[in-house]
Amino acid sequence: MVLFVLLRLLPGDPANALLGVGATDQQIAAARAQVGSDQPLYLQFTSFIANLSRLDLGTSFVSRALVLDEIGNRMSVTLPLTFLGFLVALLLAIPLGVLSAVRSDKWYGSAISVVSQLGIAIPVFWVGILLVTLFSINLRWLPSGGFPLRGWGNFGEAATGMILPALTIGLVMGASLLRYVRAATLDVLDSDYLRTARALGSSFPEALLRHGLRNGAVPVISILGIELASTFLGAVVIERVFSLPGLGSMLLLAIQQRDYPNVQGVLFISTLLVLLIGFAADIAQRLIDPRLRNKLRVEA
Amino acid sequence: MSPQLRRNLLVAALLVGSALSPAAFAQEVNPDASIRIGSLYEPQNLDNTAGAGQGINEAFNGNVYEALFQLTDAGSVEPKLVDSYEASEDGLTYTFKLKDGVTFHSGEPLTAADVKYSIERVTAEASQSSRKRSLSTITGIETPDDQTVVITLSARSISLPYNLSYVWIVNDAATDITATEDGTGPYSLAEWRRGSALALERFDGYWGEAPSNGEVVYTYFTDATALNNALLTNAVDIITSVQSPDSLAQFAGNSSFTVTEGASTTKELLAYNDRVAPFDNVLVRKALARATDKARLLNSIWGDYGTLIGSFVPPTDPWYVDLTGVDAYDVESAKALLAEAGYPDGFEFTLDTPDYDPHPIVAQFLQTEYAKIGVTVNINIITANEWYTKIYQEKNFEATLQEHVNHRDIVFYGNPDFYWGYNNPEVVQLVADAEAASSEDEQTEKLRQANEIIAEDAASNWLYLYPQIVVSAANVTGYPVNGLNSQFFAYDIEKSE
Repeated sequence: MVLFVLLRLLPGDPANALLGVGATDQQIAAARAQVGSDQPLYLQFTSFIANLSRLDLGTSFVSRALVLDEIGNRMSVTLPLTFLGFLVALLLAIPLGVLSAVRSDKWYGSAISVVSQLGIAIPVFWVGILLVTLFSINLRWLPSGGFPLRGWGNFGEAATGMILPALTIGLVMGASLLRYVRAATLDVLDSDYLRTARALGSSFPEALLRHGLRNGAVPVISILGIELASTFLGAVVIERVFSLPGLGSMLLLAIQQRDYPNVQGVLFISTLLVLLIGFAADIAQRLIDPRLRNKLRVEA
Repeated sequence: MSPQLRRNLLVAALLVGSALSPAAFAQEVNPDASIRIGSLYEPQNLDNTAGAGQGINEAFNGNVYEALFQLTDAGSVEPKLVDSYEASEDGLTYTFKLKDGVTFHSGEPLTAADVKYSIERVTAEASQSSRKRSLSTITGIETPDDQTVVITLSARSISLPYNLSYVWIVNDAATDITATEDGTGPYSLAEWRRGSALALERFDGYWGEAPSNGEVVYTYFTDATALNNALLTNAVDIITSVQSPDSLAQFAGNSSFTVTEGASTTKELLAYNDRVAPFDNVLVRKALARATDKARLLNSIWGDYGTLIGSFVPPTDPWYVDLTGVDAYDVESAKALLAEAGYPDGFEFTLDTPDYDPHPIVAQFLQTEYAKIGVTVNINIITANEWYTKIYQEKNFEATLQEHVNHRDIVFYGNPDFYWGYNNPEVVQLVADAEAASSEDEQTEKLRQANEIIAEDAASNWLYLYPQIVVSAANVTGYPVNGLNSQFFAYDIEKSE
């Protein structure tokens, strides 16, 4: 509802995107009738809701293609990109975060912490540009952007095309995740149960793995869920730097063209996905922490 | 890894990288080469009567679809699917004989019925073709036999062959041409991935000369820097139209690339609303023209590229005359004109400026220039979509910046209802007479006169003509350099490998 009204408050008419300089008044009227922007708002809204309930996201004003088809096509870029980036972030943040906490007294423990702070401060597109300059233009190891015409049918090219963008996302997301992992680990290191485990004869790594990891993971997972959702939504910047035909670039173009069915479709699906991610994070927390499960049972 | 070691490795890697760049050894033309074209203009759909944008002309005109006539890259209009044609004495009836042996990609032969269908597609009520208005004099299309088309007009139209060069000939049995195609061109559509690329493959049943390459892939970019990087890293062979002047340096001095500057038809202009004060006063318009150092503006945006123009007509239009001397840069006489017009202390106006390059920079430049003659410019940034509603449709503005891309579009000044509201009955008459002319010489003469009048009237402030710059890898040749009306014929492109 909010989306629907905000979109239509924007100045400009979707019919404009279809026409060029030289259009007659007749053509403008015909275009408005075709996209339905001549209808009263409440009619546009009720038909939108009715179609939504049938999972019919409609047809794009501009490309004349089914919105759901187009979203599916774009998802084949955005989903792998987000998850690869996420994986890179995890591989970076967890070992380094734990290391910098456990070795916070050593110089490299502090160094990791400082570098990660830098990583948070640098804008993501700049990281992308730096990586392209180094790995594509100077070293010629990886493509500077683009996605093959035949998509994942051309697996090698599609996969190599994903490396730099995923690395960019991973580095930036990893930097902020690392801070949380470090903080959570420091908490665990201070805890009584860890001292008790050590007193009962566990070695330090064993105690950390058996008791620390589980406890530290709970707050980190809720952050992970938020980070994953924001990466998914923030992919638009990365898709632009690397010219990837993902959901973000679809949304950007659709907004510029006032292509309401495409904008609403992308936002609807994104909202759905973000909710799913949040739900998955909740489940994961309950699996890890029995106390949360019990709480649920008591409430029930 | 120590920082020293890391630095050494990086230097070594950079050296290896530069040693691997394309070496200049003898290469042969590959007749089946795949030509990879990088572009910023992705078509929105595949139908040029359904709001597909300029990208569809770039990919499909002359490559996938052909018309009865073709506007060549040099700017002349030549028969394409027409074998011969004649006009009646009164100029109201045209008889076209179609070429023999032309087939569509679906295998069906080209007939007169297809031509009738294709023209009616453009003039239909639902059509969003930008050329609809120019074909409005057509009153009837007859098809006495499969090879003959007779078009009758309500008034003489000397530009009919030119206007027909915009009308794709589509198989009348084709369906869903927003997502597929059925044309007669040398290439057929192989694949299209929205947001990314479009591939054309050589059509073996083509009636004319076969293309010099086997396949053409248009790859689309949303970011000019990403497009340049793609050429630098050999991911594309050609950039159809460079839009970021700063990026040219990296190609111009490098023997691996060829930079070509062709003739463009894209004009950057400060369009006044000639209906409203003070722009309804010719003296004010002339004063602003004289207060604009266009040479410095062009240089600051495009360096040594681009062309100065004294009116709306680019050098490739037949009615071009050099009018850069009319209202040449002269601040003192600009002040005098303003005083004469009754604005000795200047005035203030709002400049509606589209939010994309180069308009915001141009607006700031004009703001500084006009401050020198006491005129205050308030810059109001708007989106392309708002421009269309506020300025083009509602004509609710004082002045705006816009680029006009079309070829032969001086006729807009003969339409008093056009957004800029220029209304000079003499020009209206000349433009109408030119269209009704009995010969091209007469048409040219009329429009040349109209051209001189709009320049003297300073109808708008024509700032400069964009350069049309194509950059390619050095092993690729034969591409069109002018790109008139955004066309990019791919069939003569050769690639040595």
